Amino acid sequence: MHLLDFIHQLLPFTRDWADWFVYVLMVFFFAFAILNTLVAPLTGISTYIERRLAGRAQYRWGPNRVGFRSLLSALPLTRGLTKLADVQPIKFIGSKIPGGLLQFAADGLKLFTKEDIIPSGADSFLFRLAPYVVMAGSFAAFAVFPVSFWCSATNLNIGIFYVIGISSLVVPGVLMSGWASANKWALYGGMRAASQIVSYEIPVAISLMTVVMLTGSMNMNDIVASQLSGYGIEKAGLLGWNVFRYGGLLVVPFVVYFIGGCAEVNRTPFDLPEAESELVAGYHTEYSGFRWSFFFMAEYANMFAVGAIATTMFLGGPLPPYPAAFTEGLPMLARFGEGFFWFFVKSYFFVLVMIHMRWTLPRYRIDQLMHLCWKVLIPIALLWFVIMCGVKMWRMEQNLPKHPAAAAAGAHR
Amino acid sequence: MRYDYVGVLVFLVLAVGFILAGMTAQRIVSRLLRTWRPSASKLSPYECGEEPVGGTYVRYNIRFYVIALIFIVFDVEIVLLFPWARVFQELYPFYRSVLFWDMVIFIGILAFGLAYVWAKGDLEWVKTFRKHLSPAEKVARSPQKKEAA
Amino acid sequence: MIAVLGLQLSNPGAWVFLAFAAVTVASALMVAVSRNIVYSAFSLLLTFFGVAGLYVFLDADFLAAAQLLVYIGGILVLILFGIMLTNKIRDIHVSNDTTNPILGAVVAAGIFLVLAYVSLRCDWQVEDRPPAATAHEIGRAFMGRYLLPFEASSVLLLGALIGAAYLARRSEKKEGA
Repeated sequence: MHLLDFIHQLLPFTRDWADWFVYVLMVFFFAFAILNTLVAPLTGISTYIERRLAGRAQYRWGPNRVGFRSLLSALPLTRGLTKLADVQPIKFIGSKIPGGLLQFAADGLKLFTKEDIIPSGADSFLFRLAPYVVMAGSFAAFAVFPVSFWCSATNLNIGIFYVIGISSLVVPGVLMSGWASANKWALYGGMRAASQIVSYEIPVAISLMTVVMLTGSMNMNDIVASQLSGYGIEKAGLLGWNVFRYGGLLVVPFVVYFIGGCAEVNRTPFDLPEAESELVAGYHTEYSGFRWSFFFMAEYANMFAVGAIATTMFLGGPLPPYPAAFTEGLPMLARFGEGFFWFFVKSYFFVLVMIHMRWTLPRYRIDQLMHLCWKVLIPIALLWFVIMCGVKMWRMEQNLPKHPAAAAAGAHR
Repeated sequence: MRYDYVGVLVFLVLAVGFILAGMTAQRIVSRLLRTWRPSASKLSPYECGEEPVGGTYVRYNIRFYVIALIFIVFDVEIVLLFPWARVFQELYPFYRSVLFWDMVIFIGILAFGLAYVWAKGDLEWVKTFRKHLSPAEKVARSPQKKEAA
Repeated sequence: MIAVLGLQLSNPGAWVFLAFAAVTVASALMVAVSRNIVYSAFSLLLTFFGVAGLYVFLDADFLAAAQLLVYIGGILVLILFGIMLTNKIRDIHVSNDTTNPILGAVVAAGIFLVLAYVSLRCDWQVEDRPPAATAHEIGRAFMGRYLLPFEASSVLLLGALIGAAYLARRSEKKEGA
């Protein structure tokens, strides 16, 4: 195991420890890092961005009070420093640091100190258990994301299939929260959410299966490696990304995946289960305070996961849009940062698209939703799967250079 | 490979531990700040600010169950197709078009099933037996005018 | 006893296995014994999850993920929908009546003794080979030896689909929907 040797080299005192312990510790730190950068704080910042974008869409300010300026002027010692908050970071843009940046921290603190209300008719054990199940299902998907060049927390051979499987843990969790709330709106919202998530899993899985077929491997790192080259050019950068290959034919599975992914996260236009005008807040109506924030975090983690899968499978994951040869000589830490930067930017781009979609599009009705899934997306996904299979066969018959999945896969640990 | 799944277990345990730690901290803080004051109105089910009417159960649309049934069939189809997708590229030089037609037959049979369920109206969310309706009712109940369930 | 069961308790993997086995058995017991049918259904979630963990111990990773996807994501959801669609569930708490408990216990004990005897007497061959890439092997098997069962399973699924849709339609017609 190269990885263990690497760790032994870096931190010599680990040589005395048992192998499994080193490995567990390594994954634990990786997971902890992901939790504290990609899940919890990102939720907060995403809420701020969402509220500001919502304000833009509705021609009003979003939160712009609770920020560094107000924090500095509130504390007696730093009152004189408020001028610092008016600094213009980039002169020609002409705007100051936006206020309201700390809104999410204030909201988090408020949620933390709120009373934890469990309704009297509720099944208190299941009520408490539901956030765990939903969060476990959402967070465990992060274990296979290639956050940097061939660096993912766990290198599972069934990478993408594992993601599809573990995110189906969310469905009973949603049903559990709907049932345990002892509120008919919550129950109805839970059942609608469950049937929606479950229906849209099929076109999602089929479009991902298309990519797996074209790559020949379910391992996320292999899929990223196979996107290094395209159109016969090695290390092609942008041209190697799956969505641009095969003459752009993979755009359709890409769009199908993204639409299905939006629906899985219950995001408008598919947010019927949590529509305020319909069901108050759907399956998490009765949850308040900090318990609710876990559902919220799970939702934003799920959004990021959908974006991350879309980038890994279709957009090349951590691969930069310029040919990788430009940055080959850099030290390892710089390369790690570069990979993570591109992975994050691409995934977060999808989160921003989802946020924009929410504040632009009206909501689907439940029968329109089901019609879209079963009568539009599934036939298109199946058809495109067969078409791509034919294209791939045609390619292989012509003996074009095979995708360097196997060759590049040897380069990772 | 076993080690990789230990990593998965670490992720799951961390998710559970995160919530556990968060909720414990929250309980301690809220007892400290004395924000824990249950009262009957707070504990009653939420109904947009009105008094709750009726019990907490409703007769539900059987559509939910049918959708879940159809989902299972397609789910198993996906599970069976994934290994096929995995080995397609490797086995192609040996089996050639047999691989392709194999998959086409498999998907074709299930696409036929989807078409059947579609034609029989099992995918409609609000089920109306159209042949029992008069022409005027059919127009009135067309999809543009359908109510959500 | 520990040597016979093949577990080295110094190995932490053994503890994880024991934990998964305990979770599976305990939750399966809850499914059978619980008085509240919703608790039974949600214990089934734990049972399926425990079985998935046991599959991982057998190096059947694809099967473990398939278990999560199909059983937890599909069958458990179906069971839960079925429970939640039936009326007046909240008024019934004693949902699992027991009949003939003594005879049942005798039969169960007998089966348990037979299984325990067989599993302890058996000469379990433990191979120490590196885990195979299961999805790959399953794919090869599907295209090679098990091609006909692969296609036959699609016919089976078709039959299940048509039958289930027909039954649901019939029960709807009965209610005069």
